Amino acid sequence: MMLAVSGVSKSFRGLKAVARASFEVGEGSIVGLIGPNGAGKTTMFNMVAGVYAPDEGTIAFQGHPIAGLRPDQVCAAGIGRTFQVVKPFAGLSVLDNVIVGALQRSKDVPSARRLAAGIVDKLGLGAKAGLPASALTLPDRKRLEVARALATRPRLLLLDEVMAGLRPTECDQMVEVFRELNRAEGLTILLIEHVMRAVMALAQRIVVLNYGQIIARGAPDEVVRNPAVLECYLGEEAEV
Amino acid sequence: MNKRTATLLAILGVALAALPAFAGNYVLSVATLILYLAFAGQAWNVMMGFAGQLSLGHSLYVGVAAYVAGGLFFHYGIGPWAGLWLAMLACVLIGAAIGFLAFRFGISGVYFALLTIAFAEFTRIGFDHLGWTGGPGGMFLKVAQRDQIDLLNFRGPPAMYYYTMLVLAAGAFALCAWLLKSRAGYYWQAIRENEEAAQALGINTFRWKMIAVMISSAMTAVAGVFFAFYYNNLFPEQIFHISRSIEIILGPIIGGVGTLFGPILGAAVLTVLGDAITELLAVLGWEIPGVKQVFYGVVLLAVIMFVPNGIWPALARRLGLGK
Repeated sequence: MMLAVSGVSKSFRGLKAVARASFEVGEGSIVGLIGPNGAGKTTMFNMVAGVYAPDEGTIAFQGHPIAGLRPDQVCAAGIGRTFQVVKPFAGLSVLDNVIVGALQRSKDVPSARRLAAGIVDKLGLGAKAGLPASALTLPDRKRLEVARALATRPRLLLLDEVMAGLRPTECDQMVEVFRELNRAEGLTILLIEHVMRAVMALAQRIVVLNYGQIIARGAPDEVVRNPAVLECYLGEEAEV
Repeated sequence: MNKRTATLLAILGVALAALPAFAGNYVLSVATLILYLAFAGQAWNVMMGFAGQLSLGHSLYVGVAAYVAGGLFFHYGIGPWAGLWLAMLACVLIGAAIGFLAFRFGISGVYFALLTIAFAEFTRIGFDHLGWTGGPGGMFLKVAQRDQIDLLNFRGPPAMYYYTMLVLAAGAFALCAWLLKSRAGYYWQAIRENEEAAQALGINTFRWKMIAVMISSAMTAVAGVFFAFYYNNLFPEQIFHISRSIEIILGPIIGGVGTLFGPILGAAVLTVLGDAITELLAVLGWEIPGVKQVFYGVVLLAVIMFVPNGIWPALARRLGLGK
């Protein structure tokens, strides 16, 4: 099992953001985490990524407990993440942004640069590698988030709404990148996503959060027909 | 660094190396001061320009190092070459203590800056009450004959101090250029730009911020030891004063925070123009106390208004030089 979350809770001043949530992400799989705004998806992510320690419950990555580790330790363990609100190193070039990530595995700069250049190309940012990250458009910044996270060579990649703001064709390109990474390198992916087009195309399994609790899980076409999910989240969008 | 920049650097190096052959003692003292500020500015830049940690209390390291090396010389006749290491050690320990307190408890930004001021200030007050260093009355190192070079005790003519500072400034430049290109440079800049993202990419931000503070304080300690043996008199009210810290950081801010040439260019511009104004007023027979400080303020305002990233980035773009 790549990731096993069991009985995890997190409260913020009495507000229970995540309540006794349990789910698993199998090795080499792609799992979608969906739910309405404020359902606790990003809080769940942040607990896996080491930003918050859960109040209770355990999180195991490849069999080792990781709850309570610092974000850099989680990254070193093999989990890469993107941020919903993108956080580029604005003053650095696109390539340098990715080099920072690449240095996680290759400690010397020249080899990190080679690794980073390859990833920048893969994400379609090759022509913009020399530009400062501050000059990028939002879709490109999303790509940069992904490129940086990939550069740390994760075994598990956490994607927090990387499709938001992308046009349908751009979204499809991104989906293709992840499929390819999943197929060729066996990269395991856990994604939070509101763009159902991308979730349906990518995820083999879907976990649905509402008010911090998991209300449904299963194969995508089952989940989107689940009455509870339709009521709280998907509504008419289910036709997509 | 591109070819043009390298050429420029080579010309500058030759010119500076040849300067004592042409310049009198006054010009040499101004040039020494510029190099001193360029060096200290470079040290400060490691912390703020590279790693994004604002120190407004770098006078602390200058002062502690000056008093450690100066005190050893004054009391026991121990020369600066031995004192230097102790001074650096003392400053690194103090820097590490401040860094630990701040970073462990998540103090950052202006609050970190306030902490650095606080440490410099209470050290100043502490030294005012320290008998071993002469308290507020100051400590005076024996001034030797100026025409003999005594490298062991670092006594000699102005040219010796000038060349020492030139070597130190060049060394600091090379060290910073190397650091910036290394893994440390990438990590620091990532922390400067966005600490949360840096951590998510596997960077132990606590450790790397500590390393930045310790390198910066060690470098500043070298400046402090030089200060002690160049000026030969040390007063807590002067050496630990916040204006000393401001003096150090003005160069990099005006020249360009985070750049390699900024601290050098900024120190040169400020010192030369500042002295020119003082001289000009002296010629005119006007005596206006504090005119230099007012002038620094005006330059700072102009830089913030017209070249907010500093003079060097704007100049480099114009001249087609690398950063």
